[in-house]
Parts: sequence; structure tokens; C-alpha cells
Amino acid sequence: MDAEVLDADHRRWTPARIAAWAAVALLGGIAWVILAVVRGETVNAIWFVFAAVCTYLIAYRFYSQYIERHLLGPDDRRATPAEYKADGKDYVATDRRVLYGHHFAAIAGAGPLVGPVLAAQMGYLPGTIWIIVGVVLAGAVQDYMVMFFSMRRGGRSLGQMARDELGVVGGTAALVATLVIMVIIVAILALVVVNALAESPWGVFSVSMTIPIALFMGCYLRFWRPGKVSEVSVIGFVLLLAAIIGGGAIADTSWGIELFTLDKVTIAWAIVVYGFIAAILPVWLLLAPRDYLSTFMKIGTIVMLAIAIVLVRPVIEVPAFSEFASSNTGPVVAGPLFPFLFVTIACGALSGFHALISSGTTPKLIEKERQTRFIGYGGMLMESFVAIMALVAALSIDRGIYFAMNSSAAATGGTIEGAAAFVNGLGLTGVDVTPEVLAQTASDVGEESIVSRTGGAPTLSVGLANIMAQLVGGRGLMAFWYHFAIMFEALFILTAVDAGTRVARFMLQDSLGNVIPRFRDTSWRTGAWITTAIMVAAWGAVLLMGVTDPLGGINTLFPLFGIANQLLAAIALAVCLAIVAKRGLFRYIWVVALPLGFASVVTITASFHKIFSGVPAIGYFAQNSAFREARAAGETSFGTAATPEAIDAVIRNTMIQGVLSVVFVTLSIIVIATAIWATWRSYRSGGSATSEDDAVPSRLYAPAGLISTPAEKSLEAQWAALPAGRAPSRTGH
Amino acid sequence: MALVLDAVRRGARDLAWFWRGVLGGDAYDKYRAHVEAQRAAGDPGHELMTEREFWRDRTDRQDANPQGRCC
Repeated sequence: MDAEVLDADHRRWTPARIAAWAAVALLGGIAWVILAVVRGETVNAIWFVFAAVCTYLIAYRFYSQYIERHLLGPDDRRATPAEYKADGKDYVATDRRVLYGHHFAAIAGAGPLVGPVLAAQMGYLPGTIWIIVGVVLAGAVQDYMVMFFSMRRGGRSLGQMARDELGVVGGTAALVATLVIMVIIVAILALVVVNALAESPWGVFSVSMTIPIALFMGCYLRFWRPGKVSEVSVIGFVLLLAAIIGGGAIADTSWGIELFTLDKVTIAWAIVVYGFIAAILPVWLLLAPRDYLSTFMKIGTIVMLAIAIVLVRPVIEVPAFSEFASSNTGPVVAGPLFPFLFVTIACGALSGFHALISSGTTPKLIEKERQTRFIGYGGMLMESFVAIMALVAALSIDRGIYFAMNSSAAATGGTIEGAAAFVNGLGLTGVDVTPEVLAQTASDVGEESIVSRTGGAPTLSVGLANIMAQLVGGRGLMAFWYHFAIMFEALFILTAVDAGTRVARFMLQDSLGNVIPRFRDTSWRTGAWITTAIMVAAWGAVLLMGVTDPLGGINTLFPLFGIANQLLAAIALAVCLAIVAKRGLFRYIWVVALPLGFASVVTITASFHKIFSGVPAIGYFAQNSAFREARAAGETSFGTAATPEAIDAVIRNTMIQGVLSVVFVTLSIIVIATAIWATWRSYRSGGSATSEDDAVPSRLYAPAGLISTPAEKSLEAQWAALPAGRAPSRTGH
Repeated sequence: MALVLDAVRRGARDLAWFWRGVLGGDAYDKYRAHVEAQRAAGDPGHELMTEREFWRDRTDRQDANPQGRCC
């Protein structure tokens, strides 16, 4: 009775529906015309919101439904793992709206906040188009499909699915690639935090206070009031606000400045030590409570920022395409628009890391198969919206300030005079920044200096502080909002750092277990410590390399982050391609082949640029040989390296970065090739045996989307009327 | 007026329910409901943990099965 009823209901076009969708399409169309065609002096931020939201609505309603109908075919009569494996612990049917929030909190982090900020150097249009079109055709498709396929396989992880679908070679390459990618991602996220906290006593104090706050919350939940999660989160949030306000007071005292002003190298070492300790401490003490805090802050702040952007509607003066959209010489991230725009913005448009979350945790909690569209596709649309908001916040800043903050210290000399001279010398139309403006901005946000605060987080924080201060508090509260934003990003990143270290450690233990079986035993203390130390050393080395890099760190390493993330996306999509081929759905396979092809071309091209480019600012090996020649010629300073040690550092760093690029690209080519081979085999045989779990009939019902339709409501009522023994009761609301 | 108040109260309750669910505060209620449903169905195989035991078990299991957080 059910699927047919729903389908018929869904397909019926009433005049009201037609009018509503026509209005959405019209508004979205107008917004796109204003952003992309009309060339005024300024553009209002509200058009970004309209363009994004209308496009998301249309894509969700039509494209994701096309995928649902032709490629996935969810069946409400089939029980999900949460039903047939229900254990009350890991496999628990969860209300779709709650799970949406849960899944969103797990996928969204600092990535969508940082990438768009850096890409803003190319103007507003390239980033906007890629974030919105990319998510619709690539990012959300990947998340949705991986989630669905994992759910049909009892919640299997991406690595396991890769082994099942691609065989030993492809599966192993996917596993090694995932491990290496994780190291790079953790390292670069940590680098963002280091850059945001360096020379900032206020930031260092308030972010380091999150550790005692989390320890307190952990003990509270463990010993005093177990399970009172909402309560402890509110307490933690209040303490966090106190830490931010207190940080302002402490940064005004001379002892506070002396104690908490730390340079980059010290902070990097502190994060390395912290990462090791956090990863070996029991989860209840630090990770779990900080996760609550991070979720609380994440959803709260994002909702707050969305409301603020709609109410304040900042005016944006950045051109649609800047001078750096067509040149290789952008000071923020070097390289041509294609492919570097697409690797600078990874999260928010297409993020391979999501495949690790969409397989594993979330599929074990899904109540009904049809809900994967709302949670998987819809969840990623929300992350994309976060990226759009971050872009708007970054664009709302004066361009002169933007470039002064995001050009490396090697270019600006780290002084306001040097920064003003460098930025004004870039020859950008309409940009004229004075040292006084830079000093004033720094003092507004309560910092000593804002020059060369690369990494994206400080820029976003200035943007957010600008927007929030217009809504609440005016200029007097800008410093608070700035440090609130820094805290908010640091919190996610630190959670990602220790969660990432833990996951990587288990993957390493699993792999080492093939050689030394004892490593498989994850409760073996020594083994856990050794593998944790190896993983921390790996990302710590990359982090320190970035921090001490005479070339500036973020601008050389960030492309590696995007490349790594999108290679993971290519791997996930390759697995999806093989599964779709096994199902014999060759008519619709373009839905997967399109984003897979694009991600492969982008990442492989970007890697080749990084490996083979003769321009030293882009190619790692070109940079390497330029510095090598300088050393051979006996020079003691070269380019931005002022000492012989700095020259040696550049030679070492570029070699490591270059080798990492080669490793990435080789592994991904292996995975993609095995996926194409598996697809070809399926094509020759017209599809092959599925690796899905057997279907189990379902005995519960729940609506699929955010709002239940009348047909769904009537079905729900029919189920509720069944005798208790036949329909197991739903827990929750 | 009473209608408005009622709507506000319902909205606040829904928000609290959503928030608690997203943070995972309702995990014990769900677990207990699951065990009780199994017992009602004649499967006495599961010992019902107390709330304190449940939360300890939950974080201890997270120690052995870490979940990634995204970037």
C-alpha cells in the first residue's frame, strides 16, 4: 500500500505546488542574475542567500529525487540496520530530524569555514558557483550514496566497502590513502589553529581554558550526574563565555600578556603534546564532553550567523572576478583558478571526509530507508550553506584588510607599514589601505596585530565580528565576537584533531596487526601508545614544517589539504561507481561518473601542477631545485628565506610536500583504475551479485522528509492503530 | 492569549526535545525502552543497566570504537 500511495501523491502537481516552485525558481533566477550578470559597484549579501537556498530547494526536490528513484530505490518495507540489528546502544532508530542535526554536527567543522575565505581572493563569483553547483552535483550526491550503500550493508565503513567492491589492490590502496589523507588533514587543521592563536594572549587563554572546562564536564557526567547532557552543555557554554570575557581582561594585564603571548612554534608543540595526551586519555574525560560543547557551539553559532546575515544584509564591494582569478600570482593561495579554486574550497562543495562519517555511524541510526535523502543529501546542503555564509563574512571585509591579513609574513614583513605597502602594491582597483586602518582594526578586535594572520580563521572571525557587532553591541563588542569566533573554530578543530588521531591510530593498529598480530588487540596499552605516538609524530611533523616554513605555510600547504580531501572523495565516488555498476544501472551511471570524473581531473591536475610545474610558487620540486641551486651557488639568503637554515628548511619542506603529492596521486589513480575495471567487468556481465545484506521486512513506519505529507500522516496513523504486538513502539517524540 | 502561550510552550518543548536528541541526552531512555520491549516480547536475555552503568559503558565503548569528526 505505502510506496505507491506516496509516489502518486508526490507526483500530483496541484496549482499551489506549481506556483510555489515557480516562485522559488524565479527568486533563485533573479538572485543568480544579480550575482553573475549585473555588474554594479556593490552587491548585497542577501542575494547570496537567495541564490543558495533556492538552488538547494530545487536540487533537493528534483535532482535528489531523481537519484532516489533511478539509482538507489529505497524501500520502506525493508528494515534498516537500526531496526533489525537494534541493540539500544549502537543501532538505535533515531528520529529523522534529530539524526539530521546529529549528522550535520558530525560532518560540519572548520573546513567549510576556512576554504571559502581563502578562495575569496579570486572574487566572489568563482567560489559561489563552485560551492552551490558543486554541492548539488557532487558533494551531496557522494554523501547520500555512500550513506545509502553503507546502510544497505549493515553500516559497513568506506574501507570495508572498498575492499568488497574493488578487491585487494583497490581496497588496500584506499585504506593507505585514507590513512595518509587523515594525517594531512589533521596537520593542516592544526596549522589553522596555530596561526589563529600565535601572538594572541586573549585567544591562547580562552582556547586553553576549554581543556579544564571539558575535564570538569567529563567528571560531572561521570561521577555526579550521569546522562545530564543538556544540563552539562549549558554549564559548559556559560563557562566558555566566561573564558572568552576573562581572556579579554587577562590580555590587558602585563602578566597575562607575558604568560599567554606564545609564538607559532611553541603553540605547535603544545598542540602536538595535547594531541598525544588527548588521544590516549579515556574518552569520557576529554573527548566526549568537548564533543558536546562543540556540537552546542556549532549549531548555535551557525543559526546565529544565518540570522545575522539575513538581518544585517552586509554590502559587498569585492568584484565578481578579482585580478587573481586569471593570474597565478594570488598572495593567499598560489595557482590558476582551474584547478586551484576547486581544491581550495573542498568542504562545502565536495568533501571526501564525509564519506567516513556517512558510512559507519549515521547509517546505524537511520529509521527508514527513504530518510537517507533528507539526512544524506539534505545534510550536505546545509554544510554548503555554512560555506556560503563563511564566504559572505569574508567578502564583507574591506579588501585591503583582507589581503593584509592573508598574505604571508614573508610578503608583508609582519608590520602594518609593510602590509600596507605590499597590499597597495598589488595593483588592485579600489584598494587603498593605510597602516592606521590596520592598527585600528587590530585594536577593535582586541589583538596586537592582524597583519599576516593567515589560515582563514582570523579573517572569518573579523568578518563575523563585523556582522554580529552591527546586530548586537556595536564596535564595543567586536573584540568579544572576534574571540568568540576564534574559540568556535578552535573548538571544532581540536575535537577533529584528537578524534582524527584516535581513528588513525585504530586504522594503523589494524594494518600493523597483519604483520604483528598483537597490535590487533586495541586494549593493549603499549601498542596503543606506540601507534598513537606514530600518528601524532606524522601529523606533528607536517604541522611543524608548515609553522616554520619560510614560504608562509598556509599558502603552500592548504592546496595539499584540498587535494587530499578530494582524493578521498574520488575514492568514495569510485566505490559508489562500482556498486551502481554491479546493480546494472548503466543508464544512470553518469550521476556518479560526472562528479567522479570532475574530482579526478581536478585533483590529478592539481597534483601534477604541484609536482611538475616549473613555476617555483606552484611546483614543489621547482621550488626545491630553485633553492637547491641557490645553496649550491653559496647564497645565504634567497627569496623569502633570509638565512642558510631557512634555505635548508625550504629544500626539506618542498621535498616532503612533493613526495606526499606523488603518494596521493599514485594511490588515487590505483583506486580509480580498479573502480573503472570493476565497472567494466560488471558492464560486460550486465551487473553482478550484490554485496548488500539480505532484506528483512520492516515493522515500523516513519515519514521521509522534514515535514510529513498528508499521505505520510495517514500512513503513520494507520501504523499507530496497529495492535502493540505487531508494530514495535517508536521511542522518542 | 492562552492559545499563543500554548503554542510557545509546545515550541519550547519541541526545541528541548530536538536539542537533547542531537546532543544524545536521550540515549538511556532509548536503551531502556529497547530492553523493556525485548522483555515484553519474551526475551529476558538482557540485564538492564542502571543509568550510571549505561553511560560508563557508552563512553568505554567509544574508547574502543572511535568516531571521526569532520573537518
